[in-house]
Amino acid sequence: MIVDKLKKIANKWIFLYGVVLLYIIIFIFSFSIFSRSLRCFLNFIIKLFPALFLVFLIMVLINLFIDKKTILKFLGKEAGAKGWIIAIFAGILSTGPIYMWYPVISDLKNRGMKNSLMACFLYSRAVKIFLMPMMIYYFGIKFTFVFTIYLILFSIINGVLVDRLLHLF
Amino acid sequence: MFKRLKQSIIKSATTFGNILPILIGVLLLVSFVIIVTPSNFFLNIFTNNPFVDPFLGAISGSILIGNPILSYILGGEFIERGISEVAVISFMISWVTVGIAQLPMESLVLGKKFAIIRNAVSFLLSIIISILIYLTLGLF
Repeated sequence: MIVDKLKKIANKWIFLYGVVLLYIIIFIFSFSIFSRSLRCFLNFIIKLFPALFLVFLIMVLINLFIDKKTILKFLGKEAGAKGWIIAIFAGILSTGPIYMWYPVISDLKNRGMKNSLMACFLYSRAVKIFLMPMMIYYFGIKFTFVFTIYLILFSIINGVLVDRLLHLF
Repeated sequence: MFKRLKQSIIKSATTFGNILPILIGVLLLVSFVIIVTPSNFFLNIFTNNPFVDPFLGAISGSILIGNPILSYILGGEFIERGISEVAVISFMISWVTVGIAQLPMESLVLGKKFAIIRNAVSFLLSIIISILIYLTLGLF
């Protein structure tokens, strides 16, 4: 148990150490790429900060108001059509990069959320209501409509396939 | 209530603290990829082959991450420069549904098996959906 925990802690740092090593190598060979990459990274941090704060707030609210029983009822093994609808809508309405939602999903998973609904949620995030005007501007209403409908339908198919494959392997 | 709120904040902060090193690593990696990838890189890799392009589009979209708005802008640019619509659609879908750069983070937080299977399925579906969307648009 302790060994597993230590392994997990080591894993989460190894990736960062690897990337830092990459940056040290870049620093040695091309200071220009190094400084531009670092500036890009800082811009990311500044832009993401409000969204990260929002995610943290959502996590606190979930921890405060949603207990295991509620999750099991709506998104757990017994969840029916309502669970899929909730997962799709939550995915569509969620903002920010996908990786910011991993801790939230992980938290819900620990409370009994089904794998299929986790996959469905992550997939339906591809539908961005607030970005639709932009998509319409570039590709037109017809394209946007067809694109959105297919993504919603396939978020369910994605969830079912991921769940089946997880049982197979 | 105050005690529960305090517990919730501590629990959320712990979860957040666990993902922070990975999050910083992902952002550093993405920043580097964005800087070293030339703006015309994608224009050179597409072939205009209706079977190969969706696959290439899905690979490109899987490697890159960022705000979906960027994929729309790039997609619009691609179409204007003559890249097939089906390739652009698979590019845009995989951009938001598949993430190679954040795979280590997804594996750590949601489990390795789940992360690999979810990304593989999403990759294949981005190709299938792009073909279906292309065919559907052709009907109207």
